[in-house]
Amino acid sequence: MTFTIPIENGDAGKVAEAESQRTLYPYVTGTSIVAIKYKDGVLMASDMGGSYGSTLRYKNIERMKAIGKHSLLGASGEISDFQEILRYLDELTLNDNMWDDGNSLGPKEIHNYLTRVMYNRRNKFNPLWNTLVLGGVKNGKSYLGMVSMIGVSFEDDHVATGFGNHLARPILRDEWHADLSFEDGVKLLEKCMRVLLYRDRSAINKLQIAKITEEGVTVSQPYSLKTFWEYSSFHNPTASAEGSW
Amino acid sequence: MSQSAVDVPPKGGFSFDLCKRNDMLTQKGLKAPSFLKTGTTIVGLIFKDGVILGADTRATEGPIVADKNCEKIHYMAPNIYCCGAGTAADTEAVTDMVSSQLRLHRYQTSRDSRIITALTLLKKHLFSYQGHVSAALVLGGVDITGPHLHTIYPHGSTDTLPFATMGSGSLAAMSVFEAKYKEGLTRDEGIKLVAEAICSGIFNDLGSGSNVDICVITKGNNEYLRNYMEPNPRTYVSSKGYSFTKKTEVLLTKITPLLERVEITEVGEAMEE
Repeated sequence: MTFTIPIENGDAGKVAEAESQRTLYPYVTGTSIVAIKYKDGVLMASDMGGSYGSTLRYKNIERMKAIGKHSLLGASGEISDFQEILRYLDELTLNDNMWDDGNSLGPKEIHNYLTRVMYNRRNKFNPLWNTLVLGGVKNGKSYLGMVSMIGVSFEDDHVATGFGNHLARPILRDEWHADLSFEDGVKLLEKCMRVLLYRDRSAINKLQIAKITEEGVTVSQPYSLKTFWEYSSFHNPTASAEGSW
Repeated sequence: MSQSAVDVPPKGGFSFDLCKRNDMLTQKGLKAPSFLKTGTTIVGLIFKDGVILGADTRATEGPIVADKNCEKIHYMAPNIYCCGAGTAADTEAVTDMVSSQLRLHRYQTSRDSRIITALTLLKKHLFSYQGHVSAALVLGGVDITGPHLHTIYPHGSTDTLPFATMGSGSLAAMSVFEAKYKEGLTRDEGIKLVAEAICSGIFNDLGSGSNVDICVITKGNNEYLRNYMEPNPRTYVSSKGYSFTKKTEVLLTKITPLLERVEITEVGEAMEE
């Protein structure tokens, strides 16, 4: 997707210079994030890959980070823009701490801040090329929301970004229900991540699951899923027709 | 009518005479009309005794639903059926054509058709049109060598798979298959899984909708379950029904013959053979 605007002859020089400063395409990208609300809070899963076009360049990128005490942010899309957003949030939480009034920013406030940032950048034709997933728990209430690079923002019981929209959402719509236990939640997320691993070319088999509850954020160690390749059709697809394909 | 004789292309097949004129028009800014696509979820899977094919029943014309209950599972042979996605006319025409070719072949060889025969006829045709015949097919059946399931893409490539999905709802249906498929499913488990996958397409893809069609093919037997599931019934149906306005009174009934009835008697001898 390119963000170009029609140029009048007189402004050609000025605008052309400004255009090179705008985000035109993403370079190092992360693939989908899948997140669900469960009994004690929010569970989020992502793999650890960073693709440079069609090369899998980085295999150890953590795309989920804790924000303050109450929130967890996951991002898909351009990794450098994600790191920039983390810097903005650092500044935000620091300034908030300086008030020293015992209040801390909850997930709803962070989500609102991110929505404003993303929408404003989009209005200047210089977007942060990410789809962000914000989950958190504050005062016993769990919260899960999403912001896209054009500023579309909403809250839901389960969200998925990127390819997860097409592959994970149908499964979540069918099988999510309120008050999932931790084990059931992880099983559901793993089901979605496995389908993504089979069918998304930029997914890798190294994923992390993060959980956020009233007590705080824990991000699991990276691990891999078991895959099944033993269908008899796969072993010999042309069993009945030698030489065909 | 003599004009038509001039327009027929000399060697048969597609005539590309108007391409230059179309290019000129596009350059001048005219947008070419897009093709009518079915926007579909079609699936197939191999179970213990054979093959089960499934399809939704919505045909779209851009953003409009043109047909709420069309048939996307086409008959090829008594033991072979084919689901079609893409341009509706292309899938109909291509499956009809290969179906008649298979029947002629059956008459000639006195044997049941094989799925790989249908596969080769379809892929040869689609490849020769270089993707312009926009038909994406899921072909399945049971022949003397066993159950088979293939996917055929518009450019002519094919895959042999234990489970397959095509169409705009293919990702939604594939996520159900990847999560739940196992080898050696029974007939009921297979039908349930196919119905689940099509429902996933119907509810999560805008190009698919309405009802679920299923076709179960086993050795020597096939069952075409049209509208196996109807998960989208009309929600508000008035119990009173529709009351028509009062009929006009009948004043007079008269039959007026337009031609005189004439009795003909055969006279003379019968013709010599």
